[in-house]
Amino acid sequence: MIKKRLIPVLYIKNGLIVRSEGFSYHQNIGNVINEAKRYNEWNVDELIYIDISRKKNYDLRRDDHGVKSYNSIGEIINAISKICFMPLTFGGGIRNIKDIDYRIKNGADKITLNTGAFENPKLISEAAEKYGSQAVVISVDYKIVKGQPILFTDFGQKNTKTTVLNWIKKCEELGAGEIFLNSIDRDGKANGYDLTTIKKVVKSTKLPVIACGGAHNVSDFIKLARDVNISAIAAGNIFHFTELSYPLAKTLLKKGGLNFR
Amino acid sequence: MIGIINYGVGNLRSVENALNFLNIPNTIIGKPVEIKKCNKLILPGVGAFGPAIKKLNELGFAKEFIRFGGQKPILGICLGMQLLFEESCEYGHHKGLGLIKGKVLPFSKKIKKLPLPLIGWNEIKTKRKSPLLQDISNDAAFYFVHSFYCEPTDKSVILASTDYGIKFASIINKNNIYGCQFHPEKSQSAGLKILENFNKLI
Repeated sequence: MIKKRLIPVLYIKNGLIVRSEGFSYHQNIGNVINEAKRYNEWNVDELIYIDISRKKNYDLRRDDHGVKSYNSIGEIINAISKICFMPLTFGGGIRNIKDIDYRIKNGADKITLNTGAFENPKLISEAAEKYGSQAVVISVDYKIVKGQPILFTDFGQKNTKTTVLNWIKKCEELGAGEIFLNSIDRDGKANGYDLTTIKKVVKSTKLPVIACGGAHNVSDFIKLARDVNISAIAAGNIFHFTELSYPLAKTLLKKGGLNFR
Repeated sequence: MIGIINYGVGNLRSVENALNFLNIPNTIIGKPVEIKKCNKLILPGVGAFGPAIKKLNELGFAKEFIRFGGQKPILGICLGMQLLFEESCEYGHHKGLGLIKGKVLPFSKKIKKLPLPLIGWNEIKTKRKSPLLQDISNDAAFYFVHSFYCEPTDKSVILASTDYGIKFASIINKNNIYGCQFHPEKSQSAGLKILENFNKLI
């Protein structure tokens, strides 16, 4: 039977991998390509990259990493896809079908849409028709407002006043293939997953759901996998700061009788 | 030399990257005449059945590909495997290449309680021995992404099956013709092993 996935999420800012907190604070972690190599060695299920560069200039010229520089996200995708043989998802700043063509042509298997989809929902169907639903992941960044999960766009800055459940329903109708559900409130806070919202979302859609935001340690993964019929668990910071955290998490999840690879 | 057929849809680069990583000589084939220089072909595929078969026919690949498959090894990946079949009912009704007898059907009619599309890692259950599965362990998992599945008329072509609410054919083989429903180029070491094994076929 199908296995649940454990997915590292990497945030790229101007060509560097950064740690994210509350969608606003970013601490440099390292070089994109070196990080990709490390995750490939860890035999990860999948990787999600979100480009959060405000200005689209890229510079990997850090002497301490000794890697050549890249001028664009396309070059970065290209370099990563040459050394990583697992599904690769790229998101951030995608506004039209050309942005999608560019990423897929360079080696992305899937793309994520957030602001671009909300401003122009037709982009979802356009992308799904061209590349298949499986290539179109909707990144749903949300905050709890008056007890309700509400969709935010523009790096988590803009309140769309749309409920997460309504938005996901619409995306599903338009041909989206997967939902990447990301709690802004819990980003980088390590206070555990938002089980209440995740449960609601999984119940409301037939699409596979990837849940993100709030992982502190492996027990948070175990809790989420046990309590909710989730397709995939994603996390960012935990994999950066703990030695061998990914393989260790997988071992513990499997020991807990959970169906992971 | 493995030829990767470029019929204008989907992501060829990942297959090319995987073969390059394995140091397996390969070339992207954009025209049917170029098939001559290859001793094996891969038909990759991401996207919908209808536009894909239309492109294969328009570019003149279909006939050449069928002829090649009668003599030398071919491997269809994901949609590429589905295209080997006689017909599909993905958004309408489409005739396939017809190298394998059977149909391509939607999961949605049979599966009500599991998420769709099927996205993720799943195990395969081997039905018989094959050089394609050399050194692949029994619990190996592969990366699947699809909403439709293949139903061969002759069950003996099923080399491996996979369970997602129903059991479906995840690898098929008849003579020189091979197909994987999963993406070997996206399935880490187990997937790369399949590509290596395919390269070794005579």
